[in-house]
Amino acid sequence: MGVILRKELADHLNSTRFLILFCLVVCVSLLITNTVSLNIRSAIESGAKDPHLFLMLFTTSGHFFSLVQFIAFFGPLIGIIMGFDAINREKNDGTMSMLLSQPVHRDAIINGKFLAGLVVITMMVVSIVLLISGLGMVVIGVVPTPEQLARLLLYVVLSIIYIGFWLGLALLFSILFRSIGTSALASIAFWIVVAFFVSFATNIIADVVAPIHASEDVDQVMKHQRVVEIISRCSPVHLYTDAATTIMDPYRKTTKTLLLVGPMETISRARFNNPLDLPQSVLIVAPYLITIVALTSICFAAAYLIFMKQEIRSI
Amino acid sequence: MATTESVIETENLTKRYGRFTAVSRLNLRVFRGEIFGFLGPNGAGKTTTILMLLGLTEPTYGHVAVLGFNPTRRPLDVKRRVGCLPENVGYYRDLTGRENLRYVARLNGLPEDEAEERISSALERVGLADEGDKLVGAYSRGMRQRLGLAELLVKKPEMMILDEPTLGLDPKGMAEVLQLIRSLSKEQGTTVLLCSHHLHQVQEVCDRVGIMNEGHLVAQGTIEELSREGLKSEEGKRLSLEEIYMRYFREE
Repeated sequence: MGVILRKELADHLNSTRFLILFCLVVCVSLLITNTVSLNIRSAIESGAKDPHLFLMLFTTSGHFFSLVQFIAFFGPLIGIIMGFDAINREKNDGTMSMLLSQPVHRDAIINGKFLAGLVVITMMVVSIVLLISGLGMVVIGVVPTPEQLARLLLYVVLSIIYIGFWLGLALLFSILFRSIGTSALASIAFWIVVAFFVSFATNIIADVVAPIHASEDVDQVMKHQRVVEIISRCSPVHLYTDAATTIMDPYRKTTKTLLLVGPMETISRARFNNPLDLPQSVLIVAPYLITIVALTSICFAAAYLIFMKQEIRSI
Repeated sequence: MATTESVIETENLTKRYGRFTAVSRLNLRVFRGEIFGFLGPNGAGKTTTILMLLGLTEPTYGHVAVLGFNPTRRPLDVKRRVGCLPENVGYYRDLTGRENLRYVARLNGLPEDEAEERISSALERVGLADEGDKLVGAYSRGMRQRLGLAELLVKKPEMMILDEPTLGLDPKGMAEVLQLIRSLSKEQGTTVLLCSHHLHQVQEVCDRVGIMNEGHLVAQGTIEELSREGLKSEEGKRLSLEEIYMRYFREE
Protein backbone atom coordinates (compact mmCIF):
# COMPACT_ATOMS: atom_id res chain seq x y z
CA MET A 1 0.00 0.00 0.00
CA GLY A 2 2.93 2.30 0.71
CA VAL A 3 3.91 2.24 -2.95
CA ILE A 4 0.41 3.13 -4.11
CA LEU A 5 0.13 5.88 -1.51
CA ARG A 6 3.43 7.34 -2.63
CA LYS A 7 2.44 7.27 -6.28
CA GLU A 8 -0.99 8.78 -5.67
CA LEU A 9 0.53 11.51 -3.55
CA ALA A 10 3.08 12.31 -6.25
CA ASP A 11 0.23 12.42 -8.78
CA HIS A 12 -1.74 14.86 -6.65
CA LEU A 13 1.22 17.12 -6.00
CA ASN A 14 2.21 17.20 -9.66
CA SER A 15 -1.27 17.84 -10.98
CA THR A 16 -2.45 21.19 -12.28
CA ARG A 17 -5.54 20.76 -10.16
CA PHE A 18 -3.51 20.86 -7.00
CA LEU A 19 -1.59 23.92 -8.16
CA ILE A 20 -4.83 25.80 -8.81
CA LEU A 21 -6.27 24.76 -5.46
CA PHE A 22 -3.11 25.76 -3.69
CA CYS A 23 -3.08 29.21 -5.32
CA LEU A 24 -6.69 29.60 -4.27
CA VAL A 25 -5.81 28.62 -0.72
CA VAL A 26 -3.00 31.17 -0.53
CA CYS A 27 -5.18 33.93 -1.98
CA VAL A 28 -7.99 33.18 0.43
CA SER A 29 -5.70 33.12 3.45
CA LEU A 30 -4.19 36.47 2.49
CA LEU A 31 -7.58 38.01 1.86
CA ILE A 32 -9.05 36.75 5.11
CA THR A 33 -6.07 37.85 7.18
CA ASN A 34 -6.09 41.22 5.55
CA THR A 35 -9.73 42.14 6.06
CA VAL A 36 -10.14 40.44 9.41
CA SER A 37 -6.94 41.53 11.07
CA LEU A 38 -7.47 45.14 10.09
CA ASN A 39 -10.89 44.99 11.72
CA ILE A 40 -9.47 43.44 14.83
CA ARG A 41 -6.65 45.93 15.03
CA SER A 42 -9.02 48.84 14.94
CA ALA A 43 -11.00 47.10 17.66
CA ILE A 44 -7.89 46.78 19.83
CA GLU A 45 -6.98 50.39 19.28
CA SER A 46 -10.42 51.43 20.39
CA GLY A 47 -9.71 49.66 23.66
CA ALA A 48 -11.45 46.25 23.38
CA LYS A 49 -9.90 43.60 25.59
CA ASP A 50 -10.95 40.17 24.58
CA PRO A 51 -8.97 37.17 25.81
CA HIS A 52 -9.90 35.24 22.67
CA LEU A 53 -8.85 37.88 20.23
CA PHE A 54 -6.57 35.50 18.39
CA LEU A 55 -9.33 33.06 17.52
CA MET A 56 -11.38 35.88 16.03
CA LEU A 57 -8.97 35.74 13.12
CA PHE A 58 -10.76 32.60 12.04
CA THR A 59 -14.33 33.38 12.93
CA THR A 60 -14.86 37.05 12.16
CA SER A 61 -16.22 37.49 8.71
CA GLY A 62 -15.23 41.08 7.86
CA HIS A 63 -16.28 41.97 4.33
CA PHE A 64 -15.65 38.48 3.14
CA PHE A 65 -16.10 34.95 4.48
CA SER A 66 -14.54 33.91 7.74
CA LEU A 67 -12.27 30.91 7.41
CA VAL A 68 -14.78 28.70 9.19
CA GLN A 69 -17.46 29.69 6.70
CA PHE A 70 -15.06 29.37 3.81
CA ILE A 71 -14.16 25.79 4.66
CA ALA A 72 -17.77 24.87 5.37
CA PHE A 73 -18.72 26.09 1.91
CA PHE A 74 -15.74 25.26 -0.24
CA GLY A 75 -14.05 22.48 1.71
CA PRO A 76 -16.45 20.03 0.03
CA LEU A 77 -15.21 21.23 -3.33
CA ILE A 78 -11.63 20.43 -2.34
CA GLY A 79 -12.62 16.93 -1.28
CA ILE A 80 -14.64 16.37 -4.45
CA ILE A 81 -11.83 17.61 -6.69
CA MET A 82 -9.41 15.16 -5.05
CA GLY A 83 -11.66 12.15 -5.47
CA PHE A 84 -14.28 12.35 -8.18
CA ASP A 85 -12.22 10.53 -10.81
CA ALA A 86 -10.05 8.38 -8.55
CA ILE A 87 -11.39 4.97 -9.57
CA ASN A 88 -13.27 5.46 -12.82
CA ARG A 89 -10.37 7.15 -14.57
CA GLU A 90 -8.23 4.10 -13.85
CA LYS A 91 -10.98 1.85 -15.17
CA ASN A 92 -11.41 3.89 -18.35
CA ASP A 93 -7.67 4.06 -19.02
CA GLY A 94 -7.20 0.32 -18.45
CA THR A 95 -4.68 0.98 -15.70
CA MET A 96 -6.95 -0.72 -13.18
CA SER A 97 -6.56 -4.10 -14.86
CA MET A 98 -2.80 -3.53 -15.01
CA LEU A 99 -2.76 -2.64 -11.31
CA LEU A 100 -4.89 -5.60 -10.34
CA SER A 101 -2.63 -8.08 -12.08
CA GLN A 102 0.24 -6.91 -9.86
CA PRO A 103 0.77 -8.54 -6.47
CA VAL A 104 -1.27 -5.98 -4.50
CA HIS A 105 -4.37 -6.50 -2.44
CA ARG A 106 -7.43 -4.93 -3.88
CA ASP A 107 -8.07 -2.86 -0.79
CA ALA A 108 -4.57 -1.39 -0.93
CA ILE A 109 -5.67 0.49 -4.04
CA ILE A 110 -8.65 2.21 -2.48
CA ASN A 111 -6.93 2.73 0.88
CA GLY A 112 -3.92 4.24 -0.83
CA LYS A 113 -6.09 6.62 -2.80
CA PHE A 114 -8.11 7.72 0.20
CA LEU A 115 -5.03 8.20 2.38
CA ALA A 116 -3.20 10.16 -0.32
CA GLY A 117 -6.25 12.45 -0.57
CA LEU A 118 -6.31 12.89 3.20
CA VAL A 119 -2.62 13.76 3.27
CA VAL A 120 -3.14 16.45 0.62
CA ILE A 121 -6.17 17.80 2.49
CA THR A 122 -4.16 17.92 5.72
CA MET A 123 -1.41 19.84 3.96
CA MET A 124 -3.92 22.35 2.67
CA VAL A 125 -5.81 22.90 5.90
CA VAL A 126 -2.65 23.13 7.98
CA SER A 127 -1.07 25.57 5.55
CA ILE A 128 -4.15 27.82 5.53
CA VAL A 129 -4.36 27.87 9.30
CA LEU A 130 -0.63 28.47 9.70
CA LEU A 131 -0.65 31.22 7.10
CA ILE A 132 -3.52 33.01 8.77
CA SER A 133 -2.06 32.59 12.25
CA GLY A 134 1.37 33.74 11.18
CA LEU A 135 0.20 36.76 9.24
CA GLY A 136 -2.38 37.51 11.90
CA MET A 137 0.20 37.47 14.66
CA VAL A 138 2.30 39.96 12.76
CA VAL A 139 -0.59 42.27 11.98
CA ILE A 140 -2.50 42.26 15.27
CA GLY A 141 0.47 41.49 17.50
CA VAL A 142 -1.35 38.95 19.65
CA VAL A 143 0.15 35.58 20.48
CA PRO A 144 -2.14 32.58 21.03
CA THR A 145 -2.40 30.97 24.45
CA PRO A 146 -1.93 27.19 24.83
CA GLU A 147 -5.67 26.79 25.17
CA GLN A 148 -6.24 28.61 21.93
CA LEU A 149 -3.65 26.45 20.25
CA ALA A 150 -5.51 23.38 21.48
CA ARG A 151 -8.72 24.78 20.02
CA LEU A 152 -6.96 25.48 16.77
CA LEU A 153 -5.64 21.93 16.64
CA LEU A 154 -9.08 20.51 17.30
CA TYR A 155 -10.43 22.72 14.57
CA VAL A 156 -7.81 21.52 12.10
CA VAL A 157 -8.65 17.88 12.88
CA LEU A 158 -12.35 18.60 12.51
CA SER A 159 -11.82 20.32 9.16
CA ILE A 160 -9.70 17.45 7.84
CA ILE A 161 -12.35 14.89 8.77
CA TYR A 162 -15.06 17.09 7.27
CA ILE A 163 -13.26 17.45 3.95
CA GLY A 164 -12.43 13.74 4.22
CA PHE A 165 -16.17 13.06 4.22
CA TRP A 166 -16.47 14.74 0.84
CA LEU A 167 -13.42 12.92 -0.43
CA GLY A 168 -15.05 9.63 0.61
CA LEU A 169 -18.28 10.63 -1.09
CA ALA A 170 -16.52 11.57 -4.31
CA LEU A 171 -14.61 8.27 -4.17
CA LEU A 172 -17.89 6.41 -3.73
CA PHE A 173 -19.37 8.13 -6.78
CA SER A 174 -16.24 7.42 -8.79
CA ILE A 175 -16.78 3.73 -8.07
CA LEU A 176 -20.51 3.78 -8.76
CA PHE A 177 -20.37 5.72 -12.02
CA ARG A 178 -18.25 4.69 -14.90
CA SER A 179 -18.23 8.09 -16.52
CA ILE A 180 -16.02 10.73 -14.94
CA GLY A 181 -18.47 13.49 -15.86
CA THR A 182 -21.33 11.74 -14.12
CA SER A 183 -19.44 11.19 -10.91
CA ALA A 184 -18.29 14.82 -10.84
CA LEU A 185 -21.83 16.05 -11.42
CA ALA A 186 -23.29 13.70 -8.83
CA SER A 187 -20.82 14.86 -6.18
CA ILE A 188 -21.42 18.52 -6.95
CA ALA A 189 -25.18 18.04 -7.01
CA PHE A 190 -25.02 16.41 -3.59
CA TRP A 191 -22.91 19.28 -2.31
CA ILE A 192 -25.33 21.90 -3.61
CA VAL A 193 -28.32 20.10 -2.13
CA VAL A 194 -26.68 19.73 1.27
CA ALA A 195 -25.15 23.20 1.39
CA PHE A 196 -28.03 25.25 0.04
CA PHE A 197 -31.31 23.41 -0.09
CA VAL A 198 -31.27 21.58 3.23
CA SER A 199 -31.29 24.82 5.15
CA PHE A 200 -34.38 26.03 3.31
CA ALA A 201 -36.02 22.65 3.49
CA THR A 202 -35.56 22.34 7.25
CA ASN A 203 -37.54 25.47 7.92
CA ILE A 204 -40.29 24.49 5.55
CA ILE A 205 -40.55 21.01 7.06
CA ALA A 206 -40.40 22.42 10.57
CA ASP A 207 -43.20 24.85 9.72
CA VAL A 208 -45.34 21.99 8.57
CA VAL A 209 -44.50 19.58 11.39
CA ALA A 210 -44.47 22.06 14.24
CA PRO A 211 -46.04 25.31 13.13
CA ILE A 212 -45.70 28.40 15.31
CA HIS A 213 -49.11 30.02 15.66
CA ALA A 214 -48.19 32.39 18.42
CA SER A 215 -44.59 33.44 18.73
CA GLU A 216 -44.95 34.07 22.48
CA ASP A 217 -45.88 30.40 23.10
CA VAL A 218 -42.58 28.98 24.38
CA ASP A 219 -43.59 25.33 23.88
CA GLN A 220 -44.43 25.86 20.24
CA VAL A 221 -41.21 27.74 19.58
CA MET A 222 -39.20 25.04 21.37
CA LYS A 223 -40.84 22.27 19.40
CA HIS A 224 -40.28 24.07 16.13
CA GLN A 225 -36.66 24.65 16.99
CA ARG A 226 -36.13 21.05 17.96
CA VAL A 227 -37.46 19.86 14.61
CA VAL A 228 -35.19 22.31 12.83
CA GLU A 229 -32.19 21.04 14.76
CA ILE A 230 -32.91 17.39 14.19
CA ILE A 231 -33.32 17.80 10.46
CA SER A 232 -30.36 20.08 10.00
CA ARG A 233 -28.12 17.61 11.79
CA CYS A 234 -28.47 15.36 8.78
CA SER A 235 -26.42 17.87 6.86
CA PRO A 236 -22.66 17.55 7.27
CA VAL A 237 -22.25 21.21 6.36
CA HIS A 238 -24.43 22.21 9.28
CA LEU A 239 -22.71 19.79 11.64
CA TYR A 240 -19.37 21.18 10.67
CA THR A 241 -20.26 24.86 11.01
CA ASP A 242 -21.88 24.25 14.35
CA ALA A 243 -18.95 22.29 15.69
CA ALA A 244 -16.35 24.65 14.29
CA THR A 245 -17.99 27.76 15.68
CA THR A 246 -18.35 26.14 19.09
CA ILE A 247 -14.66 25.32 19.19
CA MET A 248 -13.36 28.52 17.72
CA ASP A 249 -15.75 31.00 19.26
CA PRO A 250 -16.10 30.43 22.99
CA TYR A 251 -18.75 33.16 23.20
CA ARG A 252 -20.85 31.69 20.46
CA LYS A 253 -21.45 35.24 19.33
CA THR A 254 -20.76 34.83 15.69
CA THR A 255 -22.86 31.76 15.17
CA LYS A 256 -23.97 32.92 11.80
CA THR A 257 -24.48 29.38 10.66
CA LEU A 258 -25.44 28.68 7.12
CA LEU A 259 -28.90 28.01 8.42
CA LEU A 260 -31.36 30.74 9.06
CA VAL A 261 -31.09 31.68 12.70
CA GLY A 262 -34.10 30.49 14.66
CA PRO A 263 -35.59 32.33 17.61
CA MET A 264 -34.15 29.82 20.10
CA GLU A 265 -30.71 30.40 18.72
CA THR A 266 -31.06 34.10 19.38
CA ILE A 267 -32.09 33.48 22.97
CA SER A 268 -29.32 31.00 23.64
CA ARG A 269 -26.76 33.26 22.14
CA ALA A 270 -27.71 36.11 24.38
CA ARG A 271 -27.21 33.88 27.41
CA PHE A 272 -23.60 33.08 26.72
CA ASN A 273 -22.03 36.07 28.31
CA ASN A 274 -19.06 34.16 29.61
CA PRO A 275 -16.71 32.25 27.39
CA LEU A 276 -16.89 28.49 27.56
CA ASP A 277 -13.68 26.91 28.70
CA LEU A 278 -12.03 24.30 26.54
CA PRO A 279 -13.39 21.15 28.25
CA GLN A 280 -16.88 22.59 28.03
CA SER A 281 -16.49 23.38 24.35
CA VAL A 282 -15.18 19.91 23.72
CA LEU A 283 -18.12 18.45 25.59
CA ILE A 284 -20.55 20.33 23.39
CA VAL A 285 -18.68 19.51 20.24
CA ALA A 286 -18.09 15.80 20.93
CA PRO A 287 -21.43 14.55 19.54
CA TYR A 288 -20.98 16.64 16.41
CA LEU A 289 -17.44 15.46 15.98
CA ILE A 290 -18.49 11.85 16.44
CA THR A 291 -21.28 12.25 13.91
CA ILE A 292 -18.92 13.73 11.35
CA VAL A 293 -16.40 10.94 11.96
CA ALA A 294 -19.23 8.42 11.60
CA LEU A 295 -20.45 10.00 8.34
CA THR A 296 -16.93 9.97 6.93
CA SER A 297 -16.42 6.35 7.97
CA ILE A 298 -19.75 5.28 6.51
CA CYS A 299 -18.92 6.97 3.24
CA PHE A 300 -15.52 5.37 3.01
CA ALA A 301 -16.79 1.99 4.19
CA ALA A 302 -19.47 2.02 1.49
CA ALA A 303 -16.89 2.91 -1.15
CA TYR A 304 -14.59 0.20 0.17
CA LEU A 305 -17.24 -2.51 0.22
CA ILE A 306 -18.60 -1.73 -3.22
CA PHE A 307 -15.10 -1.63 -4.65
CA MET A 308 -14.19 -4.97 -3.08
CA LYS A 309 -17.40 -6.65 -4.19
CA GLN A 310 -17.48 -5.19 -7.67
CA GLU A 311 -17.24 -7.82 -10.37
CA ILE A 312 -13.86 -7.53 -11.97
CA ARG A 313 -15.43 -7.76 -15.40
CA SER A 314 -16.69 -4.22 -15.10
CA ILE A 315 -13.18 -3.13 -14.23
CA MET B 1 11.09 -27.97 -23.41
CA ALA B 2 7.74 -28.88 -21.95
CA THR B 3 7.70 -31.21 -18.99
CA THR B 4 4.86 -33.17 -17.50
CA GLU B 5 4.72 -30.97 -14.42
CA SER B 6 1.55 -28.97 -14.74
CA VAL B 7 1.53 -25.30 -13.78
CA ILE B 8 -2.15 -24.75 -14.40
CA GLU B 9 -4.63 -27.36 -13.42
CA THR B 10 -8.37 -26.83 -13.32
CA GLU B 11 -10.99 -29.32 -12.36
CA ASN B 12 -14.63 -28.81 -13.33
CA LEU B 13 -14.04 -25.09 -13.11
CA THR B 14 -17.32 -23.25 -13.50
CA LYS B 15 -18.28 -19.61 -13.40
CA ARG B 16 -21.84 -18.38 -13.57
CA TYR B 17 -23.03 -14.80 -13.79
CA GLY B 18 -26.61 -15.09 -12.66
CA ARG B 19 -28.15 -17.54 -15.10
CA PHE B 20 -25.46 -17.14 -17.68
CA THR B 21 -22.70 -19.74 -17.50
CA ALA B 22 -19.49 -18.14 -18.72
CA VAL B 23 -17.25 -21.13 -18.08
CA SER B 24 -18.58 -24.63 -17.65
CA ARG B 25 -16.75 -27.65 -16.21
CA LEU B 26 -13.39 -26.63 -17.52
CA ASN B 27 -10.58 -29.17 -17.19
CA LEU B 28 -7.48 -27.41 -18.40
CA ARG B 29 -3.88 -28.48 -17.99
CA VAL B 30 -0.87 -26.43 -18.94
CA PHE B 31 2.61 -27.90 -18.48
CA ARG B 32 5.72 -26.11 -17.30
CA GLY B 33 7.76 -24.48 -20.03
CA GLU B 34 5.27 -24.87 -22.85
CA ILE B 35 3.52 -22.25 -24.93
CA PHE B 36 -0.16 -22.96 -24.74
CA GLY B 37 -2.50 -21.38 -27.27
CA PHE B 38 -5.89 -20.54 -25.81
CA LEU B 39 -8.38 -20.14 -28.62
CA GLY B 40 -12.03 -19.52 -29.09
CA PRO B 41 -14.47 -16.96 -30.45
CA ASN B 42 -15.29 -13.77 -28.57
CA GLY B 43 -17.34 -14.47 -25.49
CA ALA B 44 -16.24 -18.11 -25.27
CA GLY B 45 -15.07 -17.65 -21.67
CA LYS B 46 -11.34 -17.20 -22.18
CA THR B 47 -11.08 -13.91 -20.31
CA THR B 48 -13.25 -15.23 -17.47
CA THR B 49 -10.93 -18.21 -17.19
CA ILE B 50 -7.91 -15.93 -17.02
CA LEU B 51 -9.57 -13.85 -14.30
CA MET B 52 -10.16 -17.01 -12.29
CA LEU B 53 -6.57 -18.12 -12.80
CA LEU B 54 -5.36 -14.84 -11.33
CA GLY B 55 -7.82 -14.91 -8.45
CA LEU B 56 -9.51 -11.76 -9.70
CA THR B 57 -12.88 -13.44 -9.76
CA GLU B 58 -14.13 -16.35 -7.73
CA PRO B 59 -15.18 -19.59 -9.42
CA THR B 60 -18.77 -20.63 -8.77
CA TYR B 61 -17.41 -24.09 -8.20
CA GLY B 62 -14.57 -26.31 -9.23
CA HIS B 63 -10.93 -26.31 -8.38
CA VAL B 64 -8.01 -24.29 -9.75
CA ALA B 65 -4.32 -24.56 -9.00
CA VAL B 66 -1.80 -22.18 -10.51
CA LEU B 67 1.81 -23.08 -9.74
CA GLY B 68 0.42 -25.12 -6.91
CA PHE B 69 -1.47 -22.22 -5.33
CA ASN B 70 -5.18 -21.69 -5.08
CA PRO B 71 -5.65 -18.24 -6.66
CA THR B 72 -8.82 -17.48 -4.69
CA ARG B 73 -7.14 -18.11 -1.37
CA ARG B 74 -3.65 -16.85 -2.13
CA PRO B 75 -3.95 -14.32 -4.97
CA LEU B 76 -0.72 -12.53 -4.09
CA ASP B 77 1.37 -15.69 -4.30
CA VAL B 78 -0.05 -16.31 -7.74
CA LYS B 79 0.23 -12.73 -8.97
CA ARG B 80 3.83 -12.48 -7.76
CA ARG B 81 4.79 -15.41 -9.99
CA VAL B 82 2.46 -14.86 -12.91
CA GLY B 83 2.75 -11.94 -15.25
CA CYS B 84 -0.44 -10.97 -17.00
CA LEU B 85 -0.97 -8.74 -19.97
CA PRO B 86 -4.74 -8.08 -19.95
CA GLU B 87 -6.67 -7.45 -23.11
CA ASN B 88 -7.10 -3.70 -22.85
CA VAL B 89 -4.05 -2.93 -20.81
CA GLY B 90 -3.44 0.71 -20.06
CA TYR B 91 -0.67 2.71 -18.49
CA TYR B 92 -0.66 6.04 -16.73
CA ARG B 93 -0.78 8.60 -19.48
CA ASP B 94 0.85 11.37 -17.51
CA LEU B 95 3.89 9.27 -16.64
CA THR B 96 6.65 8.20 -19.01
CA GLY B 97 7.04 4.60 -20.07
CA ARG B 98 10.01 4.25 -17.78
CA GLU B 99 8.11 5.70 -14.81
CA ASN B 100 5.25 3.31 -15.43
CA LEU B 101 7.64 0.38 -15.39
CA ARG B 102 9.27 1.75 -12.25
CA TYR B 103 5.87 1.80 -10.55
CA VAL B 104 5.24 -1.81 -11.54
CA ALA B 105 8.69 -2.79 -10.25
CA ARG B 106 7.93 -1.11 -6.91
CA LEU B 107 4.56 -2.83 -6.69
CA ASN B 108 6.42 -6.09 -7.16
CA GLY B 109 8.90 -5.16 -4.47
CA LEU B 110 12.00 -5.22 -6.69
CA PRO B 111 15.07 -3.45 -5.28
CA GLU B 112 15.64 -0.05 -6.95
CA ASP B 113 18.97 -0.68 -8.66
CA GLU B 114 17.97 -4.08 -9.99
CA ALA B 115 14.70 -2.62 -11.23
CA GLU B 116 16.51 0.16 -13.14
CA GLU B 117 18.72 -2.40 -14.81
CA ARG B 118 15.81 -4.62 -15.79
CA ILE B 119 13.77 -1.64 -17.04
CA SER B 120 16.52 -0.43 -19.34
CA SER B 121 17.15 -3.85 -20.81
CA ALA B 122 13.41 -4.55 -21.13
CA LEU B 123 12.80 -1.28 -22.99
CA GLU B 124 15.68 -2.11 -25.29
CA ARG B 125 14.38 -5.57 -25.95
CA VAL B 126 10.87 -4.50 -26.95
CA GLY B 127 12.24 -1.69 -29.09
CA LEU B 128 11.21 1.23 -26.91
CA ALA B 129 14.72 2.33 -25.89
CA ASP B 130 14.28 5.74 -27.50
CA GLU B 131 10.68 6.25 -26.43
CA GLY B 132 11.08 5.15 -22.81
CA ASP B 133 11.25 8.70 -21.51
CA LYS B 134 8.23 9.97 -23.46
CA LEU B 135 4.82 10.26 -21.83
CA VAL B 136 2.62 7.22 -22.37
CA GLY B 137 -0.16 9.58 -23.47
CA ALA B 138 1.84 10.10 -26.67
CA TYR B 139 2.29 6.37 -27.35
CA SER B 140 0.59 4.60 -30.20
CA ARG B 141 -1.43 1.48 -29.55
CA GLY B 142 1.42 -0.73 -30.68
CA MET B 143 3.87 1.06 -28.41
CA ARG B 144 1.56 0.57 -25.43
CA GLN B 145 1.38 -3.11 -26.26
CA ARG B 146 5.17 -3.28 -26.32
CA LEU B 147 5.30 -1.47 -23.01
CA GLY B 148 3.05 -4.21 -21.67
CA LEU B 149 5.57 -6.82 -22.77
CA ALA B 150 8.38 -4.76 -21.25
CA GLU B 151 6.42 -4.87 -17.99
CA LEU B 152 6.52 -8.66 -18.12
CA LEU B 153 10.25 -8.61 -18.83
CA VAL B 154 10.80 -6.42 -15.78
CA LYS B 155 8.71 -8.71 -13.65
CA LYS B 156 10.38 -11.91 -14.92
CA PRO B 157 7.49 -14.16 -13.98
CA GLU B 158 7.47 -17.95 -13.97
CA MET B 159 4.42 -17.89 -16.15
CA MET B 160 2.94 -15.32 -18.50
CA ILE B 161 -0.67 -14.89 -19.49
CA LEU B 162 -0.99 -12.88 -22.68
CA ASP B 163 -4.41 -11.78 -23.86
CA GLU B 164 -4.14 -10.72 -27.49
CA PRO B 165 -0.56 -9.46 -27.22
CA THR B 166 -0.29 -8.73 -30.93
CA LEU B 167 -3.42 -6.63 -31.17
CA GLY B 168 -2.72 -3.35 -32.91
CA LEU B 169 0.79 -4.26 -33.97
CA ASP B 170 2.04 -3.97 -37.52
CA PRO B 171 3.19 -7.21 -39.21
CA LYS B 172 6.83 -6.57 -38.37
CA GLY B 173 5.89 -5.80 -34.75
CA MET B 174 3.85 -8.99 -34.59
CA ALA B 175 6.74 -11.10 -35.81
CA GLU B 176 9.04 -9.46 -33.26
CA VAL B 177 6.62 -10.06 -30.42
CA LEU B 178 6.20 -13.71 -31.35
CA GLN B 179 9.96 -14.08 -31.58
CA LEU B 180 10.26 -12.49 -28.14
CA ILE B 181 7.70 -14.86 -26.65
CA ARG B 182 9.45 -17.85 -28.15
CA SER B 183 12.89 -16.80 -26.96
CA LEU B 184 11.61 -16.07 -23.45
CA SER B 185 10.09 -19.48 -23.29
CA LYS B 186 13.34 -21.04 -24.50
CA GLU B 187 15.83 -19.00 -22.45
CA GLN B 188 14.05 -18.84 -19.14
CA GLY B 189 11.68 -21.73 -19.40
CA THR B 190 8.74 -19.37 -18.93
CA THR B 191 5.36 -20.97 -19.41
CA VAL B 192 3.13 -18.94 -21.70
CA LEU B 193 -0.63 -18.96 -21.99
CA LEU B 194 -1.39 -17.14 -25.19
CA CYS B 195 -4.88 -16.00 -26.17
CA SER B 196 -5.14 -14.96 -29.75
CA HIS B 197 -7.41 -14.92 -32.76
CA HIS B 198 -4.52 -15.09 -35.18
CA LEU B 199 -4.52 -18.82 -35.77
CA HIS B 200 -1.45 -19.01 -37.95
CA GLN B 201 0.55 -17.18 -35.29
CA VAL B 202 -0.65 -19.59 -32.67
CA GLN B 203 0.25 -22.50 -34.90
CA GLU B 204 3.72 -21.04 -35.34
CA VAL B 205 4.62 -20.62 -31.70
CA CYS B 206 2.40 -22.85 -29.60
CA ASP B 207 3.28 -26.32 -28.39
CA ARG B 208 -0.28 -27.17 -27.47
CA VAL B 209 -3.63 -25.51 -27.92
CA GLY B 210 -7.00 -25.49 -26.20
CA ILE B 211 -10.16 -24.43 -27.99
CA MET B 212 -13.08 -22.97 -26.08
CA ASN B 213 -16.63 -22.45 -27.21
CA GLU B 214 -19.55 -21.17 -25.16
CA GLY B 215 -17.82 -21.89 -21.90
CA HIS B 216 -16.72 -25.42 -22.78
CA LEU B 217 -13.26 -26.60 -23.62
CA VAL B 218 -13.99 -28.45 -26.85
CA ALA B 219 -10.46 -29.56 -27.65
CA GLN B 220 -7.07 -29.73 -26.00
CA GLY B 221 -3.78 -31.10 -27.28
CA THR B 222 -0.94 -30.61 -29.72
CA ILE B 223 -1.79 -29.60 -33.24
CA GLU B 224 -0.83 -33.08 -34.50
CA GLU B 225 -3.16 -34.73 -32.01
CA LEU B 226 -6.02 -32.46 -32.96
CA SER B 227 -5.29 -32.94 -36.60
CA ARG B 228 -5.38 -36.73 -36.20
CA GLU B 229 -8.61 -36.46 -34.28
CA GLY B 230 -10.20 -34.33 -36.98
CA LEU B 231 -9.16 -36.71 -39.75
CA LYS B 232 -10.20 -40.05 -38.39
CA SER B 233 -10.32 -41.78 -41.75
CA GLU B 234 -8.06 -39.78 -44.04
CA GLU B 235 -4.61 -41.05 -43.10
CA GLY B 236 -1.43 -39.24 -43.87
CA LYS B 237 -2.90 -35.79 -44.25
CA ARG B 238 -2.27 -32.91 -41.84
CA LEU B 239 -4.67 -30.18 -41.02
CA SER B 240 -3.66 -26.60 -40.30
CA LEU B 241 -4.87 -25.12 -37.04
CA GLU B 242 -7.29 -22.98 -38.96
CA GLU B 243 -8.92 -26.04 -40.50
CA ILE B 244 -9.11 -27.74 -37.13
CA TYR B 245 -10.60 -24.65 -35.55
CA MET B 246 -13.20 -24.25 -38.25
CA ARG B 247 -14.27 -27.88 -37.85
CA TYR B 248 -15.34 -27.23 -34.28
CA PHE B 249 -17.51 -24.34 -35.27
CA ARG B 250 -18.98 -25.73 -38.46
CA GLU B 251 -20.62 -28.63 -36.69
CA GLU B 252 -23.10 -26.45 -34.86
